[in-house]
Amino acid sequence: MIEVIELTKSYGGKTAVDQLSFTVRPGLVTGFLGPNGAGKTTTLRVILGLDAPTGGTAAVSGVPFRSHPRGLRHVGALLDAGHVHGGRTATAHLTALARSNGISTLRVEEVLGEVGLAEVAGRRIGTFSLGMKQRLGIATALLGDPPVLMFDEPINGMDPEGVLWVRLLFRRLAAEGRTVFLSSHLMTEMEQTADQLVVIGQGRLIAAESVQSFAARSTRLSVIVGTPQAAELTALLTAAGASVEPEGSPGAERLAVTGLPADRIGALAFEHRILLHELAIRRASLEEAFMELTADSVEYLAGRSR
Amino acid sequence: MTTLASLPPVSATAPVAEPPARFGDLFAAEWIKMRSLRSTAWTLVLTSLFVIGSAAVASLSHYHSQPHYSALGQRLHLFSLRDAFPVAGYLTLMLVAGSIGAVTAVSEYSSGLIRTTMVAVPARGSVVLAKAAVLAAVWTALGTIIATASFAVSQSILDGWHAGFPIAHPDALRALTASALLAPVCALIGLGLGILIRHSAATMVTSTFTLLMLPPIFSSGTHWSADVRNAMVQSAWGRLAQDGEPSPGSGFLHPTAAGSWVTYVAWPLIAIVLALVVVRYRDV
Repeated sequence: MIEVIELTKSYGGKTAVDQLSFTVRPGLVTGFLGPNGAGKTTTLRVILGLDAPTGGTAAVSGVPFRSHPRGLRHVGALLDAGHVHGGRTATAHLTALARSNGISTLRVEEVLGEVGLAEVAGRRIGTFSLGMKQRLGIATALLGDPPVLMFDEPINGMDPEGVLWVRLLFRRLAAEGRTVFLSSHLMTEMEQTADQLVVIGQGRLIAAESVQSFAARSTRLSVIVGTPQAAELTALLTAAGASVEPEGSPGAERLAVTGLPADRIGALAFEHRILLHELAIRRASLEEAFMELTADSVEYLAGRSR
Repeated sequence: MTTLASLPPVSATAPVAEPPARFGDLFAAEWIKMRSLRSTAWTLVLTSLFVIGSAAVASLSHYHSQPHYSALGQRLHLFSLRDAFPVAGYLTLMLVAGSIGAVTAVSEYSSGLIRTTMVAVPARGSVVLAKAAVLAAVWTALGTIIATASFAVSQSILDGWHAGFPIAHPDALRALTASALLAPVCALIGLGLGILIRHSAATMVTSTFTLLMLPPIFSSGTHWSADVRNAMVQSAWGRLAQDGEPSPGSGFLHPTAAGSWVTYVAWPLIAIVLALVVVRYRDV
């Protein structure tokens, strides 16, 4: 369980996190979403006691994390896969960390096996790919068998097989009753992995709810229409008050129609003898809900003049 | 948060079975970190060989010129201690020990490893103390080996002219102790500076400048300037390891032996205490 209450963190004059409150529950995978620069990493750092909050509190299992003299059995965290010394082997890196918390070297072998790095355990970390470093970071988080796990952008640099593995791992950890909190700016990934979402933008809370409720927030429900007579249909639908966006590739164009229900579109096409080969209601995706809700709070928007 | 209220409540505080936090574990962890870098071993071996070699070279030079000295010069053996603990070798030792002490902290800051370390061990002060303890232990052991070896090598060479200094001589013992402790003193100062400054290049420059360049800037000519100079680690080592008792009447311009020992303790102590204070309050 992670409880963040009225958390504020400023660096100099810039407020990175602004009066943020949310709770992350055990037994679920909770996604922490926000555009780049929204304050996700800052929030994670304050929860982990690395940065002191300017205001408010962050507690893990009811107490500030820094009140523990040793941390690995309380919280496992992967903040950045690059937070290692490239000159050490994976085994040496993990052994030093394990030893500092009184954890046996057997556990080091165990977690290396679990993340699939057993064969390269004796290699220097500097020779690892980003995906391998992510696995090492996950191994670090698992060392102390902690009830709370936090991962910052864990799938960056992972191959598809790794992404699948890590998704199953998160689900399993949550099923074991642990609190699993992972940040990402990749909505599609959250859609497949998370149960709950905490969404922030410019340091403020935008939403804290289930993935389904969040996706349902999107107002842009649309109907996808496939037709060889796209121009005719577009004119027709526009005249009927709908707005039409072409999408897809040449030869397989489709129209995304908003403002008219699917049955009306079908009827109009039938009346005007326009051939349809696809007519589908598109459920709002998490991606769209996210884009819509964070549109006002995107820190770095391409092409925006300042 | 209200949107989460429909979820089943789960107890907020799951008890975690945990052994007591022991400093020995942190010491062992820092020892593993130091040992597991190949560059550390190479640096230590090459530095040791260089320092001992410099004592041999200095002694051989005096061995060959011994017949040309006056009877008085031959009797005093003043150069014996300077040959056992030559400036070239021991300033290099200061440079390397200070740098390795700094790297112990700076390499963690520059890679971000410090965050991994401090999530594993939120008791930051204990991490600093464990690093200090490992540096002190390693460099005291190595410093003792180096000082003993360079003394033994130089005396076995100078003994050919019966110009050696018996180890039992109080000046010899003091010189050997001061030379053995020079490395851990510098390593701890380097560590403290590394934690305070955090940036690699700036730390290296500051550490080298403070240990090696700063003392010669202050002349022994005026009272205040001499006092500053005498409070430097390099001057303290020179006083303890190279000079006999200054002749009476030379006045305040020479550091005292007692004052030099105080300098030896004060510098690393202040560096580590400042590091402990800063590391506690600063964001990582």
